[in-house]
Amino acid sequence: MNRRLIARLDVKMEHLIKGIHLEGWRKVGDPKARARLYYEQGADELLYMDVVASLYGRNNLSGIVREVASEVFIPITVGGGIRSIEAVREMLSVGADKVAVNTAATQDPDILRAISDTYGSQATVLSIEAKKLTTGGWEAMTDNGRNHSGRDAVAWAVEGQKLGAGELLVTSIDQDGTGRGMDQALIAAIAREVDIPVIASGGVGNPRHVVDVLKNPDVSAVAVARDLHLEKHTLADFRDACLAAGIDTRRVEREMAA
Amino acid sequence: MIGTVVVDYGIGNVFSVCNALRAIGSEAELTGNLAAIRNADRVILPGVGAFARAMDALHGKGISDALRDFVATERPFLGICIGMQVLMDRSSEFGETEGLGFVPGSVERIASQSPSGQHLRVPHIGWAPLVPSQGTDDGWNGTALEGAEDAGDAVYFVHSYHCRPADPAQRIAHVNYDGLEVTAAIRRDNITGLQFHPERSGRAGQKILERFLAT
Repeated sequence: MNRRLIARLDVKMEHLIKGIHLEGWRKVGDPKARARLYYEQGADELLYMDVVASLYGRNNLSGIVREVASEVFIPITVGGGIRSIEAVREMLSVGADKVAVNTAATQDPDILRAISDTYGSQATVLSIEAKKLTTGGWEAMTDNGRNHSGRDAVAWAVEGQKLGAGELLVTSIDQDGTGRGMDQALIAAIAREVDIPVIASGGVGNPRHVVDVLKNPDVSAVAVARDLHLEKHTLADFRDACLAAGIDTRRVEREMAA
Repeated sequence: MIGTVVVDYGIGNVFSVCNALRAIGSEAELTGNLAAIRNADRVILPGVGAFARAMDALHGKGISDALRDFVATERPFLGICIGMQVLMDRSSEFGETEGLGFVPGSVERIASQSPSGQHLRVPHIGWAPLVPSQGTDDGWNGTALEGAEDAGDAVYFVHSYHCRPADPAQRIAHVNYDGLEVTAAIRRDNITGLQFHPERSGRAGQKILERFLAT
């Protein structure tokens, strides 16, 4: 099975932003232009996260998604502030293929069941933002790492799968934005306990980091943000590093890569 | 005759299909109008989500009968994802649900283990290159997949169930999911079904849509 390389775009209002540990955001570009660029570079999927949506209880991405979905022909996942079936319906109707839910699910886990019953588990992504505990293990955090859910990240992942999530997006808050590599222990601890695909996120600073996490056969995909946005590497760099390490990724069509 | 109709029955991603058609220079009519479906040159049935919910929507609006009439005209019909699965006799998703029965066979959950014993994560999500299935003696000539083999193009899948046609010759393409053959495309006369999402499969998917429009 080809592993997926996902371009993650965190958005605040109309700006593409990037922070460290999910905080301290700075503007790094235009979320629509970057989506087109990453599509042309051969990204396997796009992941849009509205980083202030949870704060305001509303996702502002529908305009961006509607425009991007008419020009970018790869799957798009949208997260941030998805609190109701109505919000899911709106996102899917403007062209999103999947929705990622974090805060709302920790407060009312039944929303995962409701989304998967209505739109299928394949459209239901549980987003887990995990922070390492000094006592061992990881806690699932909410509202972009600001609040504690009190849930053990691994146990929450297992429960999320039971509730109907079809995929897990696992972001290490400790590693996010640092470029110092992914929290492989966190990703592995979750991936070995579930039977649904797991996307690793947070900490990629070079292609080696992607290879390191994908050497674990339980990991289905990697989301990259900072390293792409700061133009340190392109998707082709990640793809080439994977292929060189014997990790299967999609063969990108020549006319697109050219 | 009113060109290509994309059937709107309230089940997900219809805009994505229209967007992809527009990108290849084809304007389709997005409608649930029964007369428009019956009189179309070509019909595309998209859809995501649960099988039973899709069937309810098709029956509730009388669309299933219009599709039956359309298929009988022998004009080209394309089902995508759930729009492919509902073409079968039945699905085992959440108990047994009857399908449209245009293609004999069933829809079954993807196994959690491959024949070689590998653990398979379900849903099956990702990009995979299409492989011609047994029974496609003349390859994909004359089908929407013509040419896709040489290019080795990968297309995008996201699904937990797949079609098992009763007649193996009606499965024209599959993908290798870590040792398990997952049905990717079926064909019976004027009916084509695609499990993957051509509208979300970049240029490779657009080429498949272009060829369907040329049939």
